[in-house]
Amino acid sequence: MDSDADTHVEFERVHKSYDGRSWVVENLDLSVRRGEFLTLLGPSGSGKTTCLMMLAGFEPPSSGSIRIDGRSVHTLPARKRGIGMVFQNYALFPHMTVGDNLAFPLEARGLDREQRRERVERALRLVRLEGLAQRRPGQLSGGQQQRVAIARALVFEPELVLMDEPLGALDRRLREEMQFEIRRIQRSLGVTVLYVTHDQQEAMAMSDRIAVFRGGRIEQIAEPEVLYEEPKRAFVARFIGENNRLRGRVRSREGDLCEVETGGEIVKALPVAECRPGSETTLVIRPERVNLAPRPGLFANEYEAQIEDIAFLGDHLRIRARLCGRSDFIIKIPNIVGHGAVLEGDRVRVGWPMTDCRALDPDPEEDAT
Amino acid sequence: MSQRLAPESVPLPRTGRWRSAGLALPLLLFIGAAFLAPLASMLTRSVYDPRVADALPQTLERLGEWDGSGLPGEAVYEAAAREILSARGERTLGQVASSVNRIRSGLRSVLTRSGRKLRGAPDGPKRDFLIGLDPAWGEAETWHAIRSAGERVTFRHYLNALDLDRRPGGQVVRQPEERRIYLPLLWRTLVVSLGITGLCLLLGYPIAYLMANSPPRRANWLLLLVLVPFWTSLLVRTTSWIVLLQTQGVVNDLGVALGLLAEDGRIAMIYNMTGTFVAMTHVLLPFMVLPLYSVMRGIPPVHMSAAASLGASPLRAWRRVYWPQTLPGVGAGSLLVFILAIGYYITPALVGGRTGQLISNMIAYHMQTSLNWGLAAALGGVLLVCVTALYLLYDRLVGIERMRLG
Repeated sequence: MDSDADTHVEFERVHKSYDGRSWVVENLDLSVRRGEFLTLLGPSGSGKTTCLMMLAGFEPPSSGSIRIDGRSVHTLPARKRGIGMVFQNYALFPHMTVGDNLAFPLEARGLDREQRRERVERALRLVRLEGLAQRRPGQLSGGQQQRVAIARALVFEPELVLMDEPLGALDRRLREEMQFEIRRIQRSLGVTVLYVTHDQQEAMAMSDRIAVFRGGRIEQIAEPEVLYEEPKRAFVARFIGENNRLRGRVRSREGDLCEVETGGEIVKALPVAECRPGSETTLVIRPERVNLAPRPGLFANEYEAQIEDIAFLGDHLRIRARLCGRSDFIIKIPNIVGHGAVLEGDRVRVGWPMTDCRALDPDPEEDAT
Repeated sequence: MSQRLAPESVPLPRTGRWRSAGLALPLLLFIGAAFLAPLASMLTRSVYDPRVADALPQTLERLGEWDGSGLPGEAVYEAAAREILSARGERTLGQVASSVNRIRSGLRSVLTRSGRKLRGAPDGPKRDFLIGLDPAWGEAETWHAIRSAGERVTFRHYLNALDLDRRPGGQVVRQPEERRIYLPLLWRTLVVSLGITGLCLLLGYPIAYLMANSPPRRANWLLLLVLVPFWTSLLVRTTSWIVLLQTQGVVNDLGVALGLLAEDGRIAMIYNMTGTFVAMTHVLLPFMVLPLYSVMRGIPPVHMSAAASLGASPLRAWRRVYWPQTLPGVGAGSLLVFILAIGYYITPALVGGRTGQLISNMIAYHMQTSLNWGLAAALGGVLLVCVTALYLLYDRLVGIERMRLG
């Protein structure tokens, strides 16, 4: 047992296959700190929900070990793991009142009536649903049902709570409200939360760390800022936020600088992947890091671009430009000093610093241009 | 949003509404002709029987003045002799004789024989002549029997169906123990139906659960297994049970061959209550499985996972989370099976033997063999009341709108 006291949950070399042929989860190593809000983010079918199910005890791993507090949980059935779980469609029991739903786990733990009542009240207060104990789930709005589901997962005071796309069924406004709400509750109780979603904005807004899943593996695990600023893999760069992605070939590499040929231009970039000369690479540049008409010589990368299209989006302008052999290069200009500086059809100089342009592994799903 | 046009909610013009109601007319007429009318006629027949009253009007009128003790006066005898003779001429004497005979057995032959002998009877007082024909004419009970058979509106059949008897004085008493037939039979029918319902639930619940929680392909196969017996002719199914269960049948042969049963220890599994039980459970099982399946399919499997994650043992999860949600299906299936079982006729008739008969078989007997339609109708009425009472009870306990049939 090499886990330190701060580690709450550990996956070690966990594999999972349903059909014996393909891995749903492949060689997964993951450790979750106590009190951490960790999000498993990825497209559907990337294995994130399966991880949650294995941890909750609904699915056994095919191999590898899962430990909670340093103890392997393989032989422990789901009901004895003491993990709170919020399901995708809440899984509230429709024939019971809200109060009975919340009292259910307490009843199973043999708490007496008075203790149950008190804990249920406290949990309802926590999710701001005081006075709704007598309602049935069917009489509540989607957001309220969501709160009840969270309260039920917390009412027996678990140290670990799993949430499987809990906000998927809510509309956008409610979803944002609930994101703050879940974060507030998690912080106030100090519980460890493993949260599954395919919505990267949701993941960014709530998480201490995000593990980006793809095809049963973790592509990168890091704080949201790091994922955004320093993606290590082309998939992460594509999945988190928006990026201009340019497929190219490395011409030369010298320490923390490499030159990449793409669309007939040479771009100076920060090598993140191995970037041997001659190898394929995907360059990623955030649209908001591209400057229009910069002072000459300020940036290592400066090019002539043709403005194809300008969309006014209130807080920023979204410009589509022809650049580096691509016609869909996106540039975002914040709406600070008004617009009108550029017009469609203009030819302008654009530039960006070398450090904002990362040379990553070639993204196989990227169309080669 | 509220101003959005919703053409589908515009009411049909009045004529259109009538026209669409007209489409349902054939069904309404059919229900009226094939169900409501026979039902009404049956219920009428159970309390209304004018045949004796129509055949012997004057006799009955004069009997009305009789105080019931001793013998009635000559006027009654005279009218009776005249009307028996004319009833014989109109060929209604047989019915009259049967009706009277049901109240006091032995009187059928008295009446028919008298009808024969009264032809060419000498003029003069009929009283001595009739008593001379048959001493029964000299007993007050005979006249009591004729008088009650002559009531047009009567609860006699219902009393009979409930094993009650009305004394000449008018008070209602229970039949002596050995003559009570229908209440014990009704009771037995209720108990057997309850047992079959319980057995269907016990057998059907796991099957329905398996079906509801299988991948679609397997669920369809299981559904087929449930439905194939449903589609097979009832007679074929029942005959198969005879082949399997009879004393020289497959099951007994197998038992003997395997040494489980001695050759002379073959078990009688058919032509008795066991046969009725087994065959009826088989016939009625789909009526339990289908509503259960439909309800269970609506219960997300994740509920059981949720219950487990909340710390509930499988048993507690089932008892507190799954079972309560299946109650509408359990109620619908049970009610359906029970109501069908309580009126079931063909299976007990074929495989029930002497001890496995139910109330419907008795009704059929009175319809077809004893031709006592009044009593058959009254027994049917009692059955109807029982079913209605159960339905209302169910409505009160569970709520009929919660019932899900499929």
